[in-house]
Amino acid sequence: MNKKMNIMDRIADSAKSVTTGVDAKDIEHWVTIYVMGRAYEVPADLTILTAMEFAGYKFVRGVGCRQGFCGACSTIYRKKGDYKLQTGMACQTRVEDGMYLVQIPFVPAEKAIYDISKESYDVNAILKHYPEIARCVSCNTCTKACPQDLEVMDYVQAALKGDFKKAAEESFDCIQCGLCAARCPSELVQYHIAQLARRMYGRYEFPEPDYLKKRVKEIDMGKFNKEMEKIMKASKKELVKLYAERERESD
Amino acid sequence: MAEMKLIGGYPEYMRKSIKKVEETRMKRKDYTPPAFTPEEQKEVLQLHPDFAPGGKRKLSIGPNKGDVGPIEVLDLLEAYPLIEEKDVNLSNIDFSTEILIIGGGLAGTTAAIWANESGVKTKDILLTNKLRHGDANSIMAEGGTQAADRPNDSLFRHYLDTIGGGHYANKPDVLNALVNDAPFIIQWLLKLGAIIDREENGDFVEKWGGGTSVRRLHSCRDYTGLEEFRVIRDEFRNREIPCIEHYPTVELLTNGKGRVTGAVLWNIETGEYKIVKSKATILATGGFGRLHIRGFPTTNHYGATCDGVVLAYHVGAKLRDIDTVQYHPTGAAYPIQIVGYLLTEKLRSSGAQPVNKDGEAFVFPLEPRDVEASSFIKECYVKEKGITTPTGLRGIWLDTPLIEIKNGDGYIDKAFPGMRRMYNRFDIDIRKDPVLVFPTLHYQNGGVETDPWGKTSVEGLWVAGEVSGGVHGKNRLMGNSTLDTMVFGRRAGISTAEYVKNNNTTLKLTLEHTKKYIKQLKDAGIKTDRRAPILLPDYRGKAVLARMIDVFQ
Ligand SMILES: Cc1cc2nc3c(=O)[nH]c(=O)nc-3n(C[C@H](O)[C@H](O)[C@H](O)COP(=O)(O)OP(=O)(O)OC[C@H]3O[C@@H](n4cnc5c(N)ncnc54)[C@H](O)[C@@H]3O)c2cc1C
Ligand code: SF4
Ligand code: SF4
Ligand code: FES
Repeated sequence: MNKKMNIMDRIADSAKSVTTGVDAKDIEHWVTIYVMGRAYEVPADLTILTAMEFAGYKFVRGVGCRQGFCGACSTIYRKKGDYKLQTGMACQTRVEDGMYLVQIPFVPAEKAIYDISKESYDVNAILKHYPEIARCVSCNTCTKACPQDLEVMDYVQAALKGDFKKAAEESFDCIQCGLCAARCPSELVQYHIAQLARRMYGRYEFPEPDYLKKRVKEIDMGKFNKEMEKIMKASKKELVKLYAERERESD
Repeated sequence: MAEMKLIGGYPEYMRKSIKKVEETRMKRKDYTPPAFTPEEQKEVLQLHPDFAPGGKRKLSIGPNKGDVGPIEVLDLLEAYPLIEEKDVNLSNIDFSTEILIIGGGLAGTTAAIWANESGVKTKDILLTNKLRHGDANSIMAEGGTQAADRPNDSLFRHYLDTIGGGHYANKPDVLNALVNDAPFIIQWLLKLGAIIDREENGDFVEKWGGGTSVRRLHSCRDYTGLEEFRVIRDEFRNREIPCIEHYPTVELLTNGKGRVTGAVLWNIETGEYKIVKSKATILATGGFGRLHIRGFPTTNHYGATCDGVVLAYHVGAKLRDIDTVQYHPTGAAYPIQIVGYLLTEKLRSSGAQPVNKDGEAFVFPLEPRDVEASSFIKECYVKEKGITTPTGLRGIWLDTPLIEIKNGDGYIDKAFPGMRRMYNRFDIDIRKDPVLVFPTLHYQNGGVETDPWGKTSVEGLWVAGEVSGGVHGKNRLMGNSTLDTMVFGRRAGISTAEYVKNNNTTLKLTLEHTKKYIKQLKDAGIKTDRRAPILLPDYRGKAVLARMIDVFQ
């Protein structure tokens, strides 16, 4: 790196493999991956997503957030010589030598249609909308498939028993990637079931705090209008002063 | 050569610096460096990418001609449209709708629900998206959403914190709408069944955010956006509002007299276009992190490419505050696979401290974002007290083990499961070891100017969410943008519903505005083959690109 460059240019230079794509000449360690059967030499440091980009794929599907939140980049893979079929998110999984992989960017799954305000808060809500839940054979395949390491079978079982608390808490980190549903021998849509369970739990288990109700009412009645009109008209000088004099709530 | 040996995810030489961090940890437990004075803030801000020399120029066309902005953004505004009249047949209309919504993040999805709630039939609403419904910045929000609901808090305080953080550039009427509607939005989320963190007694767990004077941040573990978005999308789906995915808008349509009347969508897989006619159009396309302004990595999703601002400018909408960009102080700087990814501010509000390579705490952890980020740049590139990664990036430590020292064992697993999971994948245990951070491009502060109902200066066009400008001034506070998306998504939904009810003029569909735009570009002497919006960034390997040919064309 050139010491004479200004700070911004030095920062940009150090990050260029992330911002403009990896340059082969900067790479020491390589692995071979097989994208839908075809071999590509790719830098060992990359994720499946960035390795495929390095290999020339411009994604128009099978990618979204690039950070493990959106569930768009589901991938199944098997390592050479290994019988085990594994699952992961392409943006969160580092490439390994001899990985055979394919993306599953879409899972055909039925979502029930309901009005959350009209459901009864008990197991019938689940059974009515997802009767197939009773077909779970407790094989635990879904749990093994989950890239978020959730106890999927457990949350399904909890939902089946009407234990909304457990179903909601255990499924909370679900990114709705669909891998569990794609693997389930009983054809359940675990993540849609979980969504219903969480909304039921959120809506019916936690009353609104009184102070929230009160504040919304105060706002409706225009209690703060005068004060707000005044501050909206305040000059920059007045605002600077008010801001500097703000009292900080104690920790 | 063998790969570098890692101990608990870090190479030996980084371990040495971690040792120093460990040695000073207990001393730092009860010590927080004082906040900067206004003068000190001003000084350190000189190192902020917005103020450091270079990186900007003046816009030479359109309503904001003469305004200064980042080169990367101006390059797109001073680019030729993707399509012209000769490319498409506008008399063949594929979708005729009352309200067209472009972009299905929190803002667009909320707008659809509230348009429906305000009496527009589901069949008269169309939500369109570039990628999947949910491939968006919204789903990634970690930290939380602000709302002044606690008894010791007030709309006034929320307003003041926000306008101070925004360097007094915020548009007062929209900011007032933001703080005014916030408690209602939290209430709406509860009704929809969102699970917001609670104390034992049922109160919300409310956290500090950088620049707030009160604890005001509502969160859902460190998956706030995921929870808010999942619930809102589920509600949207239950209403069976039409939605089409993988159909980015490549250009808006106008009646030739300045009113927006629809859009041209493009099937990103097959290349076929579709024509939409709409009485009202809401742009909710989010931000621009994928432009990698000044060469910074970003926290943003793949499709965050500034499309909405470009589309709005083509039809003559006024922009504001596009000169400032938000860099989040704590992006991951190591390992290389996650560089630029966000480490929520909530880590700092829960006790994690920024520390340099010698284990010294050097800055108040909750300065406004621009100030905090600048102080990290200073520590790394002026004081030379950063840690350099094996790939040449620099960063400072964020001492996450302090969180459990302050809040008790098990706290991290409960409050930051997403973060734990991400680092675990690279063998780093954030309960035991600090993580390396450096500022990352995070948020588009400015955008398309609106009134408090999301209405732009162009008839028939509304905007909501990150694509808009004004509410955050020159710097957004944490927790105000998820709020912004829901407040103004709702308002845009209500306002467009009102508009379409009383509007029955026949709509003409033209691309006249692109002709005018091209003329302006030519008159300004802009010779370029740049075209915009760009829709997606390009990270393909250079060697492959050099050998690519297209035989189907
Ligand atoms: C990692 C991260 C963490 C964050 N944490 C917080 C937080 O804790 N608190 C907070 O308040 N805010 C946070 N934010 C900011 C906040 O999440 C976003 O600003 C906000 O959600 C933006 O919502 P939106 O609906 O405006 O845009 P988005 O959610 O980005 O949605 C825009 C949608 O429009 C689509 N689109 C774009 N162009 C086109 C086109 N041409 N045609 C069709 N569709 C298009 C996009 O693909 C996308 O789906 C965070 C942001 C990120 C990235
Ligand atoms: S994979 Fe299907 S059948 Fe097996 S445990 Fe999971 S839900 Fe039950
Ligand atoms: S529970 Fe199913 S949908 Fe959710 S993250 Fe795990 S595998 Fe994906
Ligand atoms: S791209 Fe969103 S989870 Fe991988």
